[in-house]
Amino acid sequence: MDPYALKTLNAERRARRAAILVTDLGDGRDRIVREGDQVAGDLGTAIAKAFRTGNSGSVEAEGRTFFLNAHLPQPRLVVIGAVHISQALAPMAKIAGYPVEIIDPRTAFATPDRFPDVALHAEWPEDVLSRQPLDGYTALAAVTHDPKIDDFALKAALDANCFYVGALGSRKTHAKRVERLLALGATADQIACIHAPIGLDIGAASPAEIAVAILAQTVHAFRSRGLESKGAVA
Amino acid sequence: MDNSIYLDEARDPLIIAEGWMKDGKDVAIATVVDTWGSAPRPVGSHLVIDADGNFHGSVSGGCVEGAVVTEAVDVIDSGKAKMLEFGVADETAWQVGLSCGGRIKVYVERLG
Repeated sequence: MDPYALKTLNAERRARRAAILVTDLGDGRDRIVREGDQVAGDLGTAIAKAFRTGNSGSVEAEGRTFFLNAHLPQPRLVVIGAVHISQALAPMAKIAGYPVEIIDPRTAFATPDRFPDVALHAEWPEDVLSRQPLDGYTALAAVTHDPKIDDFALKAALDANCFYVGALGSRKTHAKRVERLLALGATADQIACIHAPIGLDIGAASPAEIAVAILAQTVHAFRSRGLESKGAVA
Repeated sequence: MDNSIYLDEARDPLIIAEGWMKDGKDVAIATVVDTWGSAPRPVGSHLVIDADGNFHGSVSGGCVEGAVVTEAVDVIDSGKAKMLEFGVADETAWQVGLSCGGRIKVYVERLG
């Protein structure tokens, strides 16, 4: 392996950016391909698929055998609101492979007692997200119902191109939210990416059922990255 | 978010390999490039080895690491990459085989 390739790969991984190490198994030469880099032909098709699925494997192209080692950042779920839904969502999402961080400035809600074994920030989203920014491998679910807490985080998630952005609230609540996000400078296309009402439509009623609906929608959004135009699924 | 939660640098084979390289050590990197049947570690998993035989990571459940380390020390000496294959084929293979019944292909190359 080329030492420069290893350094580049580790730098990308530390920065939570997707990268693929492409090794020619015939002569051992390798190179790093970043998400969005243009690679032509069958190799390019295989690379695009590896970025989407995260699966590594060999591919025959141009009469050679290449090994693609896909390094995707760990997907994660940031939940705005230390509420009843979040108490069910945090353990479920962790089991499914989406570690959770919870942000809620209301110290009565954000207590370790209510959220054991979860990364919990009893602070305003503005403060947490300025030192720990969102990214394209992060999902954000805003579930406080309180515009003072949710709105900034939703705008930040849209700007960071989070793979999933969901917001709790009825259609009527969401219509008002759309007006506020427009005032904050979000575009109509960005706002169309918000899943609201939040969660897959499985008729969820209890907080735990709503958590299932949010988690299912998160998984769907992650596994269909790049397969549909953004905002195509409500 | 705090990225250290998501990248365990103290146990990450590729981070360790880079550290060894910075310390001036000779390093080999072994990668699972193919699996058949039941295999304990997925394609893309790494074992990194230095010239003294120290290693981190895994390419199996501990079944074939010893053999890979031995081959890796050769690869560090010669600079020539090797493709190794392990499975349960016969009594001899059992010595360094996979008790789970799967087969794996491991690519071993020198760093630099």
